[in-house]
Amino acid sequence: MQAIATAFGLVFDLQVIGVILASAVFGMFVGAMPGLTATMATALLVPVTFFMPPVPALGAIVTATAMAIFAGDIPAAMLRMPGTPASAAYADESYEMTKKGQLDLCMGVNLVFSVLGGIFGVAVLILAAPMLAEVAINFSSFEYFWLACLGLTCAVFIGTGDPVKGLLSLFIGLAIGCVGIDPAAGQPRFTFGNVDLLSGINFIPTLIGMFAVSELLRGSVSLDQGSTMVQQQVGKLMTGIGAVWRKYWKNFFRGSILGTVIGALPGAGADIAAWVSYAVSKKLSKEPEKFGTGHLEGIVDSTSANNSALGGAWIPALVFGIPGDSITAIVIGVLYMKGMNPGPSVFLQTPELIYAVFIIFILANIVMFPLGWAAIKSAKQILRVPRNILLPVILIFCMVGSFAMTNSIYGVVLMVVMGVFGWVLEEHGIPIAPLILGLVLGEMLEQNFMTSMIKSDGSFLFFFERPIAGVLGVCTLIVWGLMLWRMLPFGRHGQPVPAGETAPP
Amino acid sequence: MSKTIDRRGVLKGAVAAGAAGIIAAPAIAQPKWPARPITMICPWGAGGGTDATARIVAALLEKSLGQPVNVVNRTGGSGVVGHSAIATAAPDGYTIGMLTVEISMMHHMGLTQLTPSDYTALALMNEDPPGVQVSASSPYKDIKALAEAIKAAPHGKLKASGTGQGGIWHLALVGWLLAMGLKPDHVAWAPSNGAAPAMQDLAAGGIDIVTCSVPEARAMLDAGKARSLAIMAKERNPQFKDVPTLNETLGINYSVGAWRGIGGPKGLPENVQKILAAELKKAYDSQEYKDFMNARGFGMTFADQAGYAAFMADGDKAMGTAMTAAGLAKKAS
Repeated sequence: MQAIATAFGLVFDLQVIGVILASAVFGMFVGAMPGLTATMATALLVPVTFFMPPVPALGAIVTATAMAIFAGDIPAAMLRMPGTPASAAYADESYEMTKKGQLDLCMGVNLVFSVLGGIFGVAVLILAAPMLAEVAINFSSFEYFWLACLGLTCAVFIGTGDPVKGLLSLFIGLAIGCVGIDPAAGQPRFTFGNVDLLSGINFIPTLIGMFAVSELLRGSVSLDQGSTMVQQQVGKLMTGIGAVWRKYWKNFFRGSILGTVIGALPGAGADIAAWVSYAVSKKLSKEPEKFGTGHLEGIVDSTSANNSALGGAWIPALVFGIPGDSITAIVIGVLYMKGMNPGPSVFLQTPELIYAVFIIFILANIVMFPLGWAAIKSAKQILRVPRNILLPVILIFCMVGSFAMTNSIYGVVLMVVMGVFGWVLEEHGIPIAPLILGLVLGEMLEQNFMTSMIKSDGSFLFFFERPIAGVLGVCTLIVWGLMLWRMLPFGRHGQPVPAGETAPP
Repeated sequence: MSKTIDRRGVLKGAVAAGAAGIIAAPAIAQPKWPARPITMICPWGAGGGTDATARIVAALLEKSLGQPVNVVNRTGGSGVVGHSAIATAAPDGYTIGMLTVEISMMHHMGLTQLTPSDYTALALMNEDPPGVQVSASSPYKDIKALAEAIKAAPHGKLKASGTGQGGIWHLALVGWLLAMGLKPDHVAWAPSNGAAPAMQDLAAGGIDIVTCSVPEARAMLDAGKARSLAIMAKERNPQFKDVPTLNETLGINYSVGAWRGIGGPKGLPENVQKILAAELKKAYDSQEYKDFMNARGFGMTFADQAGYAAFMADGDKAMGTAMTAAGLAKKAS
């Protein structure tokens, strides 16, 4: 109780509230700009959060991402260009509604159900995380080894359309993760006598390169391709929302639950949550023939899902240090920087910071309502910012962020190399998310494997001896079996996620 | 945490001081140190104990020197990256850094060529002895029972952790085992990514002993998940009065510790050395430093320039012996 009171004190501070509001505006803008993603918003915030105490730093990230995921819906409806990949699933549907003259209703539904979905995801996070932490305090290296295995498997299994390309990406990530000092024996590997490489491939410059720089490269290639906006005035947003809620409240809960679960699974974030819940909505709908013609039902499902996924992704990130999506992969880096090493002990050591994050999450979703309303009203002005000015400015921020992480030019070089590499990978349809997860979890996997082997005197059976480890191990083996089955020609069936649409948020 | 130095404030100060410096530059003819902001390199990450110590020292220096002292974290490579950055900086007095016990260990393992003699020693500021922690559910109620159990257990049966392979807490265990007349790997070492994950694994029942310092174990001790049985030091820590030393319980006079001090690249100008050494002594004696270190439970040990240099040289030799005995040292270098 003391901790909760302290947390309120930490959050309701003039500076913190100011940071939250400023990052909300920033998140709205980044989300509404096609080509700029929520992950990029987080990456750009890293150098700024470097100079802040932990609470405003995390508050900035939480708020900006929540706003960005909603704001992605605005250009999707107006331009048929999703502002973030998380809105891609229903961009066509929204645009059809706009063409039918229902832009007001479409934006109103997107706003209200984004807010509600976000709050749903946070509620699950608040209830589940401390309970899971109680359990996780009893986890030893055996359990963590299996969790890392499961996380990496999930990234390939559900995060990508093509498991072979997903595996390829994952193994590149694991290989890059080997550079530096061997976590078990303490010997340098693949460093070529270079002092900077001794610290390994720092993953935040890598992330900034892979997600932001590669996106900039793609944007600069297609700089001249403008798009025409539907000339329509935004009117009353809230008309008819009550009727939508009465008709589709089941869809809201279904979308939110799916979104939270998918968010919590490592490697899959808001974009995949939206795709899956849209597909589920169509499959279970009474009138599936209306989908694709400007029908609200699927939008309710998926716009709730992508916002609820944000809260869900924080569950494994805080409790186990395993990121639920690419945003929380960066968050984990920030947590380490602030001395809040993610894991169950953070709930013991600094519970007030955890509660503060929860409070900010709720605040962010409440603030989303008026700010989202304002963003919709001023969408035309936002969408008019010229990209040939915006992209170089973003590149400067990327460089500052990468430099700040290593305090040397090494970070900037790493960012540029990884940016070009990431761009090449994506141009060949190889997803980046598994690579990042491999890089983030590679050390955890190796360290816990080696430690476990030392503890068990080299016996594999110990990996199944502790009850929780046994269950996790069996689960992992089952998922691997399923994966093999899917990859065989006779086991192949419909993919929930269309290939090529799996760019991480 | 709330007491850590506001980086933005430091930066603002840096900008203001920089601007002032430009305006005032023509007026000053002879070089006066410090004329511009000083960088203090910390080889470990923000938020950790070394970072916290670096920041309080930097804040105190800033007050007395009248120039911003900016802490820059150069992390990675088990401390090699940051220590290299300190050693290779220009010896003009504007880059100093935090040297930690790892500088006397890394070169024995072949991770770097750098040794304590590559630095200008300025002052030793802190030393933390290792403790012996067991899980709250462990059958060993005191250090004697644990020592008996270790002696009785077959080779490699019991597992301990606290840091990576060849880290300071690993050597603490090795030294203790050798002092008891056992083999250095009689208790097997399970490398971990620092003290916090090791303490968590201890609470989860994955390992039997953690030999990190008592302040590092504090969170789990306070939560009632672990017990501290002894510390490997000459005297008890006044912050943890109930924890006995090895000497008073087992009669083993073995002590080792993780230390932190301030140093600069080799060949710092004489006047800079003199000013810094005096100011560091003043900082160490200040009430703010004492309050801060006590709040964290960190041990306070001071040595002046000559004392610190000798301390590092002795520690380096002792580490070499211990690491060779443990089979951790690389022979060729």
